Amino acid sequence: MDPALSVVRLTVREAIHTLSSSEDCGLILSTLRFLKRYLGETEDPALPEEQEEFATVHFSAFLRCLVIKLSPVWLELSPDGQLEELWDSFFLKGPADQAFLVLMEALESTAGPSFCLMKMAQLLANFLSQRRMAALMEEQCRPQKKPGFTLLQETLLNKVVGLPDHLGNRLQQDNLALFFPQNYFPLLGEEVVRVLQGIVDALRGGLDCSVSFMSRVLGKICIQGRQKEILDVLVPQLTVLTQGSCLWQRVCWRLMEQVPDRTMEAVLIGLVEATPGPEVLSRLLGNLVVKSKKAQFVMTQKLLFLQYQHTTPMLQSLLGYLAMDSQRRPLLIQALKELLETWGSSSAVRHAPVTQQHYLSAAILICLAHLREPELRDSQDELLASMMAGVKCHLDSSLPTVRRLGMIVAEIISSQIHPEGPPLKFQYEDDELSRELLALAIPGTSDSSTVLAGGSAPAPTASETLAKTMDDGVESANGSDPQVGPQGSDSDLDSDDEFIPYDMSGDIELKSNKAPLYVRDCMEVLTSSEDMERWEAALRALEGLVYRSPEATREVSVELAKVLLHLEERTCVSGFEGLRQRALVAVIVMDPARVAEYLTSQFYALNYSLRQRLDILDVLTLSAQELSRPGHLKRPTQQVSCGSGAPVLATSQADCTGVSGWRTVVEERIRSKTRRFSKGFPRRELASSPSEFNSVAGYFFFPLIQHFDRPLVTFDLLGDDQLVLGRLTHTLAALMYLAINTTVAVSMGKALLEFVWVLRFHVDIYVRRGLLSAVSSILLSVPAERLLGDLSDELLEARSWLADVAEKDVDEDCREQAVRALLLLERLKDRLLPLSH
Amino acid sequence: MAVPLPLPPPGPQFVLRGTQSAVNALHFGGGAQAQGRQLLFSGSQSGLVHIWSLQTRRTVATLDGHGGQSVTWLQMLPQSHQLLSQGRDLRLCLWDLAEGRNAIVDSVCLESVAFCRSSVLAEGQARWLLALPGKGSDEVRTSTTDALHSPNHQVQILEMPSKTSVCTLKPEADAKPGMPMCLGLWQAESSPRPLLLAGYEDGSVALWDVWERKVCSRVSCHEEPVMGLDFDSQKARGVSGSAGKALAVWSLNGQQALQVCSTHQLTNPGISDITVRPDRKILATAGWDHRIRVFHWRTMKPLAVLAFHSASVHCVAFATNGLLAAGSKDQRISIWSLYQRT
Repeated sequence: MDPALSVVRLTVREAIHTLSSSEDCGLILSTLRFLKRYLGETEDPALPEEQEEFATVHFSAFLRCLVIKLSPVWLELSPDGQLEELWDSFFLKGPADQAFLVLMEALESTAGPSFCLMKMAQLLANFLSQRRMAALMEEQCRPQKKPGFTLLQETLLNKVVGLPDHLGNRLQQDNLALFFPQNYFPLLGEEVVRVLQGIVDALRGGLDCSVSFMSRVLGKICIQGRQKEILDVLVPQLTVLTQGSCLWQRVCWRLMEQVPDRTMEAVLIGLVEATPGPEVLSRLLGNLVVKSKKAQFVMTQKLLFLQYQHTTPMLQSLLGYLAMDSQRRPLLIQALKELLETWGSSSAVRHAPVTQQHYLSAAILICLAHLREPELRDSQDELLASMMAGVKCHLDSSLPTVRRLGMIVAEIISSQIHPEGPPLKFQYEDDELSRELLALAIPGTSDSSTVLAGGSAPAPTASETLAKTMDDGVESANGSDPQVGPQGSDSDLDSDDEFIPYDMSGDIELKSNKAPLYVRDCMEVLTSSEDMERWEAALRALEGLVYRSPEATREVSVELAKVLLHLEERTCVSGFEGLRQRALVAVIVMDPARVAEYLTSQFYALNYSLRQRLDILDVLTLSAQELSRPGHLKRPTQQVSCGSGAPVLATSQADCTGVSGWRTVVEERIRSKTRRFSKGFPRRELASSPSEFNSVAGYFFFPLIQHFDRPLVTFDLLGDDQLVLGRLTHTLAALMYLAINTTVAVSMGKALLEFVWVLRFHVDIYVRRGLLSAVSSILLSVPAERLLGDLSDELLEARSWLADVAEKDVDEDCREQAVRALLLLERLKDRLLPLSH
Repeated sequence: MAVPLPLPPPGPQFVLRGTQSAVNALHFGGGAQAQGRQLLFSGSQSGLVHIWSLQTRRTVATLDGHGGQSVTWLQMLPQSHQLLSQGRDLRLCLWDLAEGRNAIVDSVCLESVAFCRSSVLAEGQARWLLALPGKGSDEVRTSTTDALHSPNHQVQILEMPSKTSVCTLKPEADAKPGMPMCLGLWQAESSPRPLLLAGYEDGSVALWDVWERKVCSRVSCHEEPVMGLDFDSQKARGVSGSAGKALAVWSLNGQQALQVCSTHQLTNPGISDITVRPDRKILATAGWDHRIRVFHWRTMKPLAVLAFHSASVHCVAFATNGLLAAGSKDQRISIWSLYQRT
């Protein structure tokens, strides 16, 4: 054995012996100081070989010994804190990896809340704040020759990344703030940047380095779900550092390439989330997607097809990244093809949640914004075929949002594929969704620089207008306003501020007044008149006439309903649909039994358009609502004339159906259940009157529910006409709800539950929503005792179905409605339980 | 910057009902010497003149002097308690309303059966000028077939209260403006010469020099007959409305020449009366389309469209305090308070 080495060994052994046996402060201090020479921090350091030997062979053992000695009494041996300082310095100055491992080990093994534990936690905190972690990691990046270093690295990796967990477990309530994940990982991020800086410097100096340990650290942190903490620190710094330096970029690319496949997904998702735009992403990742299979899978499959919770800016970064390099561009085209294929598959449209469809559409539009027509030429036919299929199944959908998505995407695809051809143009409402999507399709807005510029753009314009108005003010104050002529007297100096115009939208051309005065005349004009002005006047007057003359209406009610049902918009009358609908409602209200019977029979008759069938459903709901309203006959015209807004229960757009309706119902209920002691005088009660709907509910309901399963040549509810089926279910639900407190409610509920049971697995979301609201209406309208008495079996079945829907349905609305129905059911049980006791 | 949503037009401050026939003429009276008792005179289709108190909002008195024929024009003489009323019975009556009296003091016979309203220029009670359609009685009728010289085409100027005819203004031989439809007698501040603005059936507005009995200037500003005009002598600018769809603003330059400044299109045709508020800030029109329109007088910016009446509005009038009254065929008088300086 080399004598020089044995000197070190002897010294260490002696020192350990001294430490473990001696109580003499001076001796201990001198021993420790002597050993400190091996760390190379003192004036006369030991020989390099000795230092090397001490560091590799004896340092851990010595530190362990120090840990064992640690106790308040022992540290008190030197009252001026010299001993404590020396003790600390071995951990803080010696090789970082060993010191860290020993510390962690000691923290693990030290029992419960104690002085030693706290002392060591404090030391670890010092260790962290003195940037020793960077030293530790940098050491791991050097070329390693020692045996067993992979095992050591693995242990280190676990301890470094798992530090917050370990410390949290050990210290419980006494944990230091530095060890909280939200503080520790940003710190680690800083350290990683520092290490990378060291590596870049070393590479400049011609030294060999490896970043794989850093990649593993990064991967492990990300897979533990701490992407946000570390990447929020890392990405901005790397963005700046990689700006002009190829070396930095290469280090960065290498860092990403070396991330283990297992953790690649977490890192990439975190990175795409954290980067502000495609340029930065491209700088940080390089051509990673081309080199790594896993990365390619994550970027082109997982993020696009399997996940849909990400934000649009993230999608823009991702797809922009793919578009930025010629090597990656084929991937973008491939992604577009696959996206369109999914978009055009009818099964996907039917079964995927609306949010995912929105996500897909946004991705397609962003792809299109990046691709140019020549690139698309090769796959034109393929894209066109997918698009046509997609448009068809989107337009077939009964959800307005899905239809609108189809229209917008189809318009943009066709304009990209055939820029010279005639543009495809749909009519859709210009709302937030469509504006957002259309903005995505404009090339150029999707790169971050313009997005940033767009964000800051409003500021200059605002200041500009401010300056402008100020200029104006100065100008008019100087009297140089050209409008003020030479005759400008004092009265001209008044500003126009006090003359703010009122709303002049009501200033329309006056129509000559040719409205007929009798219901029969009205009907005649509507059927035969060629005079369009007269025809329009008759249509406008009809509703009021019907309410004013009940007898005359009853004489011709069915005939009038027929006329109105077949009425076509002959001239461009503003609000034609509403006028016709309100007139029909008025006719039904005046003569409910006969007209409802007629209309329900016509619903299943041949030779009607879908529009007419939908109209029938709408007016039935509205008139039922009108009839069930207490005291409706007292102020019919007033109520109806103010109802220019969409009626509550039968709006055409399914999404907003009854939102305000149920809210008022709920508020009403809360008000009725709340007892207020402070109110001095009870409010004047509304005059009670029997519900007019009671006697006629059957005429509305049963004919509608009876024939749905009998297809006609032109009308097949269970087949293609599922939109009408959806509306039918909603109408039935509304009728059921309006039939509250009527005698016929129980049999209606029974029939409706059977109807629901037959259709419960219908594929269309809109139909399912209708069924769920039907169940809720049954629970609200049918008296609780009767529900349990007559319908208990059906209720049990419905309940299991509801539970199933609440858990598994793809549509969020459906799940919510099911939960609501379950709650109603639960409440029903609560109400009945006291009775049974 | 988002434009704030405009306010919906206001409703009338109050409404006077009870004339029981269409309201054809309105005039605010009272003023300074009435000690805060502000009065509104309304002339109706049935020949009655109602005097309304704006405090109680009730009729104070009813004057019946036109034999059931429609009253078309009302005017209070300044600094006096005398009211002029013009009726379709071809009489112009002068009422004495002092101390609760309501008696006809004097009357003038009209020659013209047209709807033209008269006009008054008065400095004081002693002597004032009256312009009324039709020819003077001293003129010799040369030929009954000569349409140009039919009484309906002329304007007569009388000096009151002596009723001496000052002159008769006949259109030139070559001009065929048709009947005068509205008159405005005024006097520039700088000169004592009385001037008359007359709107004619052919859509032109003429400025007459009364002393010289000649037309100073004539401007064709409408396609349809001029139905109403008002003139702001301070700004030397006037406005006229016709049976057509436009308002015309014209001005008078130093050489006494009229020129059209601008025209303003209306949504619906037909104006029956037009009035600039005494403080010359805004003007109001009475529309055949049942609506009252309010414009900013300097810029002619439309300010409000007041839809309250259910039939044509026949007349609009402003009080000195800025209150606006409108009378309509639907037998109601609506009172509005708009852009009042408080």
